[in-house]
Amino acid sequence: MNVLLFVLGFPLLGGVALALVGHKTYARDVNVLFSLGTFVAACVMTAQVINDGPFFVWGNQFFIDPLNVFLVTLTAFVGMTTSIFSRPYMRVEQDHGKMTPPRMRLYHSMYQLFSFTMLLGFTTNNLGIVWVAMEAATLTTVLLVSVYRTPSSLEAAWKYFILCGVGIAQALFGTILVYMAADKVLGAESATLLWTNLSAIKGELDSTIMSLAFVFLLVGYGTKIGLVPMHSWLPDAHAEGPTPVSAVLSGLLLNVAMYSVLRFKVLTDGAVGTQVAGQLMMGFGLLSVVVAAFFLSRQKDVKRMFSYSSIEHMGLITFAFGMGGPIANFAGLLHMTVHSLVKSAIFFTVGHATQKAGTQVMSEIRGLIKVNPTVGWGLMLGAMAIVGMPPFGVFASEFLILTTAMREHPWATPFLFMGLGVTFASILLRVLPMVFGDTTLKPLAHPPALIPVFVHMALGLVLGLSIPPYLNGWYVQAAAMMGAAP
Amino acid sequence: MSALGVFSQFLALLLALLLAPLLTGWVNQCRHWMQNKSAPGVLQPYRALHKLFHKDSVMAEHASPLYRFAPYLVFSCMLLASAIIPTLSTDLPLSPAADAIALVGLFALARVFISLAAMDVGTAFGTLGARREMLVGFLAEPALLMVLFCASMITGSTSLTAIVETLAHRDFAIYPSMLLAGVAFTMVSLAENARVPVDNPDTHLELTMIHEAMILEYSARHLALMEWAASLKLFAYSCAGLALFFPWGVAEANSPLALLLALPVLLLKLAIGGALLAAFETASAKMRVFRVPEFLGTAFLMAVIGLLVNVLLGVG
Amino acid sequence: MIKFVPQLVNLLATIILLLSFAMIAQRRIVTLINLFMIQGAALVAASFLLGYVTNQPDLYVSGALTLVLKVIFIPWMLHRVIRKLNVRWDVETLFNIPTTMLVGIGLVILAFSLAAPVAKLSETLAGGSLGIALACILLSFMMMITRSKAVPQVIGFLSMENGLIFAATAVTNGMPMIVEFGVALDVLVGVLILGVFMFQIREKFDSLDIHNLETLKDDRS
Repeated sequence: MNVLLFVLGFPLLGGVALALVGHKTYARDVNVLFSLGTFVAACVMTAQVINDGPFFVWGNQFFIDPLNVFLVTLTAFVGMTTSIFSRPYMRVEQDHGKMTPPRMRLYHSMYQLFSFTMLLGFTTNNLGIVWVAMEAATLTTVLLVSVYRTPSSLEAAWKYFILCGVGIAQALFGTILVYMAADKVLGAESATLLWTNLSAIKGELDSTIMSLAFVFLLVGYGTKIGLVPMHSWLPDAHAEGPTPVSAVLSGLLLNVAMYSVLRFKVLTDGAVGTQVAGQLMMGFGLLSVVVAAFFLSRQKDVKRMFSYSSIEHMGLITFAFGMGGPIANFAGLLHMTVHSLVKSAIFFTVGHATQKAGTQVMSEIRGLIKVNPTVGWGLMLGAMAIVGMPPFGVFASEFLILTTAMREHPWATPFLFMGLGVTFASILLRVLPMVFGDTTLKPLAHPPALIPVFVHMALGLVLGLSIPPYLNGWYVQAAAMMGAAP
Repeated sequence: MSALGVFSQFLALLLALLLAPLLTGWVNQCRHWMQNKSAPGVLQPYRALHKLFHKDSVMAEHASPLYRFAPYLVFSCMLLASAIIPTLSTDLPLSPAADAIALVGLFALARVFISLAAMDVGTAFGTLGARREMLVGFLAEPALLMVLFCASMITGSTSLTAIVETLAHRDFAIYPSMLLAGVAFTMVSLAENARVPVDNPDTHLELTMIHEAMILEYSARHLALMEWAASLKLFAYSCAGLALFFPWGVAEANSPLALLLALPVLLLKLAIGGALLAAFETASAKMRVFRVPEFLGTAFLMAVIGLLVNVLLGVG
Repeated sequence: MIKFVPQLVNLLATIILLLSFAMIAQRRIVTLINLFMIQGAALVAASFLLGYVTNQPDLYVSGALTLVLKVIFIPWMLHRVIRKLNVRWDVETLFNIPTTMLVGIGLVILAFSLAAPVAKLSETLAGGSLGIALACILLSFMMMITRSKAVPQVIGFLSMENGLIFAATAVTNGMPMIVEFGVALDVLVGVLILGVFMFQIREKFDSLDIHNLETLKDDRS
């Protein structure tokens, strides 16, 4: 009985079960339970990879190697902590009348199905199934974003569907082109789309086809990552859904899209020989960092501001992976991890803050520390972490990325510094008044679940101060798998 | 310049003169049948022409020589156009003088003069008709050119006779670009011949006239020549369409027997084409004048796409 | 017969492209759905034809899937939706129809030039139609952006999927079966969700005009 069966089976089963009982009061706990089960299975799978190395499941259809197993565990972990956070949060939402029992059913069931699609996207070896999983993830999150049924959430969900639908269609075209290139070498069968097979013969893939394919794939999956100029769905979708949904969208879905691009980049680099894939990624990444920073400074809604921050960080990660080489790849992977942890922690605190204040507009939220010190300090620390202050993990990865850029692509460093600087100033400028000062806010009926926040922040801190050796070795291995430096 | 060539050229001219009103009458007949009205008979256009030629011409006092001269010029243009289109045979001595581009030029010449004549007398209807005609023509000409270029690209020549000969001789092949060009050509010919959905040939309502408005002031033999010229234009367009898209049955050089076969084949093709035109006119409604540019723009773009598809698919 | 097949496939490809253009120029939504249905039928014909000539049963299955989904079920569902929502006309577009056509021509030229080097490398019968498939995809993309009502946007999305399946059929004789089924499932679920959404948008805004869905902007407070 393979552990992957549990990793994928728990969320799938959870989705089905919660479709039936999602409106009952114990549904929240059932949700947490399923997520816990998924996390435990993911840990077991990780241990297996560490001990025995990469392995296949079910013929060659699933492939677990160091690159995706740590992302799987991260996803399962954040999914679990978010479900813990969602318990009191959604209860308050229901009390405030924003959620009805049928919609709670939809919410819980889609939450688990969303986890399933993400984990499927990570673990499958078949590049076509990667596409199917990404589209399915989009569909489940569309339903999640619109679950409040307000006019603005409908608008956000519609825009999300249309723009991501277009993007994903481009990615499918890219996948078709990859299949065409593979077809010429391997012949037409279902094994031709398996990444491991393609990786073995990547030198023989035709470079014209692969470079055109990569452009479509980068634009397509890049829409899901939130790269500028395909990003306009992201602030709306992340801001209009319930906060647990914003947390998993910012923290996890962007990672799945990034992972897909990475797998294709490995193939393209092998096939094309020049650095065109990396250069494209650097270009888009840099553009995202700069544009997001400037948009961020104009925001008045707190969740929109932090979603632009997600765009910026994903741009930074894309830039890092575009540079390539062991240090930049390591930094990119580390950044993916800490960003997920810290961003979801921020969204947890922001969620509680907005619930207290009843609004998402930053100028109307004041004095969080006086009302609930843990929420206030959580937000403060989170904001400091996300702008890259030491000793948090984000500082470490940004430092590595910036130093590599200075060494290898010095022309990019002014832009990076400018983007990061503008973000630093804007976020702190907005968060400080929210946290300190006097307040007219009242406490909430149910105590907020803040343990997840502090667990995430603690992990972020640990990763910034001193990465445990097995994690370190893990990152190095994964970085090496992504290919050598230019 | 063989005797047979001269003969077939002469025959083509004569046939155009004689058959054009018959084609118009046939289309009207079919249309009346489909609309459940009693038809005036296929020979009605001949009777109309006969009546008009025997009338006295009435003209405005300040009409210029251009006004008097225009009907003859327009008629000659249309006759010449029918002469160079390979209707019965490709052995036409006049054909080296004029190719597809010149054909479009002939139609343009006729259009210019008919518009000038319409404006000459100074009535409101005339100017209205002239402006609308220019609107239609401005878009229809490029479309027609593109269609002809499509065919030329496939066959490697812009001479109409060369196109017909090459296409008729090829093995039966489906050219997707010709499909697009065919649709575009149909749309253009509907517009140029003042047919529904662009212009109702029966109407005399000022809101909807284009062609009728321009010839409103003419009478007697001038009107007869203009009406005959319009029939010749329809005949020329039909034969051009048949030559480009259904070239089988047209006689080649040096084959007198084939000429005998070509005539019934032509009559059959024209009859079917006329019936289809009537059916299409009955089934569609006339579109508003400001939508006509869209209609013709679509035709133009379809013809361009046909060209592009030709380049892409490398069909030759 | 065999030597006609590449020409027939090219002809079907041209019909699909023609229909994409017709859909862009179309204002009546009922006709739009019917054009989409015909496009699906042309795609099915191309799949069956290629399956017959290359002896690949996968293409038959793919064609049957497209038939059931895109020619029968989805048009039926869309007709029902528009009857209930009472939307028949889409009078305004972002820019007028002649300009849309000109932009469309530009996109077609772009698609043809992008795909030409790749199509030369294809070993399948219908490889030359990759450019046409990409052109259909880009034209549907434009339709999605320039329309101001919800239903044409959905049809643009579905027509884009048509173009993608045609591309897959043309250059690789179809994707592996499991991927085709996954794609079909995604499209089906997607359309169902969009259908549900249209009702909700209608409920909240009393109209399916997309201009109502433009209130979320950066400086909203």
